[in-house]
Formats: sequence, C-alpha cells, structure tokens
Amino acid sequence: MSGNEELESELRSFVGAEIGPPALGADLVNAPMIRHWCEILGDMNPAYTDPEAAARSVHAGLVAPPTMLQVWTMPGVAKPGAAMPVDRQQELHALLTAHGYSSVVATNCEQVYERYLRPGDCVSSTTVIESISPEKTTGLGTGRFIDTRTTYRDARGERVASMTFRVLKFKAAQPAQAVAPTASAAKPRRLRPLRAHDNAWWWDGIERGELLIQRCSDCGKLRHPPRPMCGDCQSLRWDSVAASGRGVVYSHVVMHHPPIPGYGFPLAVALIELEEGTRLVSNVVGCTPEAVRIGMAVELEIQHVDEELRLPLFHPASEKPGKFGEVG
Amino acid sequence: MSRQTLRFESIREGERLPELSIPLTSTLIVGGAIASRDFMPVHHDRSAAQAQGMSDVFMNILTTNGLVGRYVTDWAGSDAMLQRVAIKLGAPNLPGDSMTFSGRVVARDEAERAVDVEITGRNSWGNHVTGTVRVRLP
Repeated sequence: MSGNEELESELRSFVGAEIGPPALGADLVNAPMIRHWCEILGDMNPAYTDPEAAARSVHAGLVAPPTMLQVWTMPGVAKPGAAMPVDRQQELHALLTAHGYSSVVATNCEQVYERYLRPGDCVSSTTVIESISPEKTTGLGTGRFIDTRTTYRDARGERVASMTFRVLKFKAAQPAQAVAPTASAAKPRRLRPLRAHDNAWWWDGIERGELLIQRCSDCGKLRHPPRPMCGDCQSLRWDSVAASGRGVVYSHVVMHHPPIPGYGFPLAVALIELEEGTRLVSNVVGCTPEAVRIGMAVELEIQHVDEELRLPLFHPASEKPGKFGEVG
Repeated sequence: MSRQTLRFESIREGERLPELSIPLTSTLIVGGAIASRDFMPVHHDRSAAQAQGMSDVFMNILTTNGLVGRYVTDWAGSDAMLQRVAIKLGAPNLPGDSMTFSGRVVARDEAERAVDVEITGRNSWGNHVTGTVRVRLP
C-alpha cells in the first residue's frame, strides 16, 4: 500500500507543469517533407504540392496539411548510445514503465488550427501534462491515461495551433510469445459454437451438410435446441430426423451495434420456423437486411463461414411460399 | 485532384459524405510513420510490435490524423480550411486489412461558414477511428 501511495504522490508531481523548454523543429516547414507526407497518404490536394494551383487558391500559396502539425517538432530517431534529451514527459513514461506499465498507445487527439502553416514557418511547441488517471482496466490491459496539452507557436511567438493528446500507458494483456507472427492472426472469426455432450451430434450433422431435428422416440414430438429430455412426455429416449430446409422468418432483428469482430454488419438475425415446426436462430443471407420480413419464406443454405466452421443459414426462397406462407 | 470546392450554402445538415476505402499496406503504415518522423519501433518493426502484444506493425496516430484530414478535404475541395480535428482511436490498423471512412454533416455554423463532420474509419475489427472535423468553406 505504501509503495502505491508513493507512486501516486510521485505521479502528482508531474501534473500541471511544462515538461521542459520549448521543442524546436529540426527543420522549417518545407515542401519536400510535405510532398513525402502527401505521397504516402495519397492526399492530392493541390494546395499542398502544386505551387501554381496553390497560388490561385484561397491560401494564395503553398500550405502544409494542418494535420501535419505534430510532425514539425517531432524529435526524430533516438541516437544510439547518446541519451535522448530527457524531459518530464519522458521521465513520467520511464517511471510508469518501471512500475510495469511498459506499453504505450495513443487514444485521443484533438487539434485546433489558428492558421495554416507555410513553407518557411519555424514551429516550436510547449507541452503541459494536464492529468494522469488512476489505474483503469481497458481492452488492451490495465493502465493509466495521460493527458497533455501542447501549444504550437511560430517564429514571432504567435500561437498557430493547439493540441490535446491522450495516451494509455499500460501493462500488455497478452504476453508477446502468445502472438503468432502470421498475417492471418489479425483476421477475426465468428464465435465458435459451444459443443457439448447433448448437442455435439447436431453440429456433426451440420458438418455433414444436414440440418437435423431431435425427435422423442416415445411420443414423436420434435424439439430444438437439442436437450436430453422430452418436454411433453419426459422420455429420455430420442432420435432425429433431417429437416427439409424450408421455413419462414418467425421474427427478426437487424443488428448494427456493437460490431462484434468476425461478423458483417448490419447483420440480419432471424428466428426461423422450419416447416416441421421447430424454430432456430440463424442469419438471413442473400438479400439486404432491410428486405427481411416476418413470414418471408426462406431456404436452408449450409455455409462455410470460415475454413473450420459450417453454419446453417437461410436465404429467401426461390419460389412462392405456398401453404407454408401463412403464419398463425 | 483539383476539384470545385463545395460552398457552405450547398451543404445540408445530415448529408453523408461518399465513403472512402483505404487499403492498409505495410507500405502505408511504415511510410506514414516515417513521413511523420515517428520512429517508435512498433510502427516499423514487427518484432517490436509483437513484444507489445500486437500481431504486426500498426498505424501511428499522425497517419490516422492525416487520413482523416484527407477524407474531409477530398470531399469538400481544396479551398476548404480545416479548423479542428478531434479523433478517438479504437481498433488498430494492421497490414492486410482495409479501412473504410464514412462521414455525416452534423452541424452548420452560419456565422463562421463552417460545418462539423462526424467521421468513422472502420476496419475488419471495428472502428479504428471516430471523430469530428470542423471545416470552413467559401
């Protein structure tokens, strides 16, 4: 506890003061750096790179993209051997690293521009640490948010822009060795079904391309989802029948939020009533989510949704719904 | 490309911007970091990114800011002036993915001839960036 209080009081000593003397850009605002930036970002705005078009523009000459603001006072490459000039912000990061918050990620940035910068402008910046949050739990790991405010000035000392910036200094949730160095590691997939003793046979059917319905061996009642006992006669004996694959949309929602990784949105989630009478939750594919209607006739389509998983999905039926179209 | 800048009067509240899809290549991620003089190893060195729990190098915030600015001025035209860019980062931008920007005009300021555009940049994980851009028009 006392170690914790010591850290808290050390952290408080960083808040409110400038982190050091003004940072001065290594270069004046210049056309080559602007061109490199625009080239890599694919920004074709002629005000940034075409002197003649820029002269005719509202800017009356070349300007830098305002979002390049931070670039002009970036410290550049850390020199091997020589210590970087240490400021209070670096000290704060080093202190948090020493307490296990070794990773850092930027989370918020707000820039307000007083005027556009032009080639030849000499930019300097001063930064104040505005706040350091208590420990928070985030998707990345537990950490602390650090808010800073930076003021950018030109050679005459006039303010050209200001920026508030928030970083999370955190303890990485995943150890590095747990991450496979493959490109596909980045591709999220649908959630895996929960297979257990009572339902694995049903998923085995899907893998073979069959949609099965559980049937009581004593009274013949059909049921879904799979479970050990008949709800009508309490028999534990059961077998199964293959569904025809025809059904109707009994009810549905179109899901927009939250966007769960691995799924496409908007997502039409539907309760399908099979013509045999049981219902299952699925997705309607092959039409826009807006086109899904209650009572709409649909047909089964067992789809490979990724290299491992097959799912029973439904698309609009190709023919008229016929007698099964009326839902009570 | 040079195009006619939109006039303030022609913009309606609620208007949607055309979407813009950006392929997320290693070239863009590494090149963007270097063009912004950001030499943090996690933006150009895969093993450094993996040591931080990521699967590969990821885009730095300066590049995201630049792409957000580009998205709005591509739509508004070269005489539009960015006044404020406020963004919040979410899912990281990793090589091999793509990010699609969408945007909507959420406010008009008659006196300043400026509009606020709410933007979202989505990749396959979710929202990489959400934010608001204020732009002044002729």
